[in-house]
Amino acid sequence: MHFGTFCGKNSLTLNYLTNGVFMAAKKPKQANVSKDDLLHYYREMLLIRRFEEKAGQLYGMGLIGGFCHLYIGQEAVVVGLEAAAEEGDKRVTSYRDHGHMLACGMDPKGVMAELTGREGGYSKGKGGSMHMFSKEKHFYGGHGIVGAQVPIGAGLAFADKYKGNGRVSFAYFGDGAANQGQVYETFNMAALWELPVIFVIENNQYAMGTSQQRSTSSAEIWERGKAFGIPGEAVDGMDVLAVREAGEKAVAHCRAGKGPYILEVKTYRYRGHSMSDPAKYRTREEVQKMREERDCIERVREMLLTGKHASEDELKAIDKDIKAIVNEAAEFSKESPEPDVSELYTDIYADEIPQEVA
Amino acid sequence: MATEILMPALSPTMEEGTLAKWLVKEGDTVASGDIMAEIETDKATMEFEAVDEGVIGKILIAEGTEGVKVNTPIAVLLEDGESADDVADAKPAAAQTDTDEPAAAAPAAAVPVKPKVVEEALPEGTKMKTQTVREALRDAMAEEMRIDEDVYLMGEEVAEYQGAYKVSQGLLDEFGAKRVIDTPITEHGFTGIAVGAAFGGLKPIVEFMTFNFAMQAIDQIINSAAKTLYMSGGQMGAPMVFRGPNGAAARVGAQHSQDYAAWYASIPGLKVVQPYSAADAKGLLKSAIRDPNPVVFLENEILYGQTFEVPDMDDYTVPLGKARIWREGDDITLVSFGIGMKYALEAADKLAAEGVAAEVIDLRTIRPMDHDTVIESVKKTNRCVTIEEGFPVCSIGNHLSAVLMEQAFDYLDAPVINCTGKDVPMPYAANLEKLALVTTDEVIEAANKVLYR
Repeated sequence: MHFGTFCGKNSLTLNYLTNGVFMAAKKPKQANVSKDDLLHYYREMLLIRRFEEKAGQLYGMGLIGGFCHLYIGQEAVVVGLEAAAEEGDKRVTSYRDHGHMLACGMDPKGVMAELTGREGGYSKGKGGSMHMFSKEKHFYGGHGIVGAQVPIGAGLAFADKYKGNGRVSFAYFGDGAANQGQVYETFNMAALWELPVIFVIENNQYAMGTSQQRSTSSAEIWERGKAFGIPGEAVDGMDVLAVREAGEKAVAHCRAGKGPYILEVKTYRYRGHSMSDPAKYRTREEVQKMREERDCIERVREMLLTGKHASEDELKAIDKDIKAIVNEAAEFSKESPEPDVSELYTDIYADEIPQEVA
Repeated sequence: MATEILMPALSPTMEEGTLAKWLVKEGDTVASGDIMAEIETDKATMEFEAVDEGVIGKILIAEGTEGVKVNTPIAVLLEDGESADDVADAKPAAAQTDTDEPAAAAPAAAVPVKPKVVEEALPEGTKMKTQTVREALRDAMAEEMRIDEDVYLMGEEVAEYQGAYKVSQGLLDEFGAKRVIDTPITEHGFTGIAVGAAFGGLKPIVEFMTFNFAMQAIDQIINSAAKTLYMSGGQMGAPMVFRGPNGAAARVGAQHSQDYAAWYASIPGLKVVQPYSAADAKGLLKSAIRDPNPVVFLENEILYGQTFEVPDMDDYTVPLGKARIWREGDDITLVSFGIGMKYALEAADKLAAEGVAAEVIDLRTIRPMDHDTVIESVKKTNRCVTIEEGFPVCSIGNHLSAVLMEQAFDYLDAPVINCTGKDVPMPYAANLEKLALVTTDEVIEAANKVLYR
């Protein structure tokens, strides 16, 4: 079989992202958004981008070790969905988690210090980039095993339904994780038990280095939910307002007790899979085109300017603010000491039983 | 020719049953497929069908008879033209009874010692009741569910079927479908959901139909449940219990017969329990449900139907991490856990007849392991044999041997011997299966070796 034919059926995905076809078809009504909301989304997305750029820098300096997966390009996904969430709602995601943490209100200092493996990090330096949590902000990780967070997200929803507290949970996973068996085991039970969970498929087109065409039999991953009776939709993930709108619909569905909902958010990561990925599996032009034509932050910036919600100077002031926050986080992450050696043997058991000594 | 109808084996572990009811009487004609009797096994009441046609010539075992061994003739089926008189000499066979193998002849000089059985320390006047391990486990869950709304049970067939091994019998009726939840056959998924529910503030009990199936879910048990407390810097963990039968049952072959004690015991963040007696099953399960950590609770299908004395108390708990000394003795220490205790205790009895006083320790909790109790015992006896059903490589016994070598080297008068299951996948053939499992004779042989007898 000719390869072109082989992958032809879903090569559309990327096209409609890059050509903006999707955007034209589902352009959100700008009238529905207030100036304050737009400015808020702009700030939030910019914070994530600048934070990630700084993390990349610190990685290059050897201050961050191991695996580090940057969220640059995908910012509209978490910022749009957090805009649809309420206090007490829960979220869980994969190892590409820095954006989710910042968007749900976790302190950039604590996140950055965890990346550098310091005492001031959210996990006292013991979790790292991929394993971070905040009970206070209802952020349940940060999971390093592809797909494992999906049943956990449904389990959070299970607990909420058990308690009858009206909360919903967001279970984020990528197009790569969407091929894990436990995702479908979870779809089945979530539908069967009508769990208030939103499955957010962050489709950034590449499962590590393997494109969707080469890894996934369906062009529309969210449609797989139909087999379980779970409603869902595809969303332009480069448009924060489209994401928010879809998120609000999904949240309303879950909160009304109608069971799970799937959002396949079509997005794009500008950087490699991790810091050590040379990204040879796609062209520089492809990335460049996305950055130039579809960037989520640029889009809101334009809306702010053309709608006369903000002046260039005001936006510059915001940029400066964000830069200061990120620099402060970076400084904190360098100054915070490494965890005390006694931390090696704490937090293994909730009741601190003695460990085996080698 | 008249044929004998034999007491059937209706489950892999059934050795005897109750002939609850005859649905035919002498002189009745039966055809293949007709239901002749109701037989109670350790798990359920089953209907017993005729496989041949004929006339019931004689009923040999009256209804209501308990403890009828598998393969005991229970009735005689006549073919056309035969009369009941033809089988007059078919004696009503009494239920066969086990005859203990004669104890190995003691060496001439040996003077038998009386085993020093150690009773558990209980409040004065505590009454005991006789219970199966199965009932004790059920009571433990029910008691904990009564006092804590956040405790719930999920797993395959735990609710309407009343438990694949009847451990959860009656729980659905008492606690309802919200708290006793039948899952689809999807171990990886429902284990992950339970871990998420624990993160979300509940205290799930996850029943695996057997721990063999938990291998499908082991990523969630280890990577998600066991490690999160550490990875979150102590912010959140998974207070939950993973329980179900573990180890060999009977004749279920390689994929259904494995002891996972050593696998789970190697994971920091997990507690691992493997009880032997019904009292410990109850007391330890209650403690496991209350424990703020993920606990892997390894049960045994063969032990489910065995009876023990259980303290009849409102709230009987056994602390995790404490071994129990079942017998005191000065000559040798036998350390085991779970069904391995059966062989350890049998071996101790036979050794006693030969004049050897064995101290028998039931670890009960595999992690955290009560090294101190074992070390103290070895300081006294200077010899040790470990007994378990798991594979020999990287076994619990291997670990204990290392601990003893490091911490009690000067007290050892002989190398520690680990009696384990054999280094083979479990065979199906009855004779090979017996060979693959650890036996009482092997324990005695090992004991004699370390005693240089």
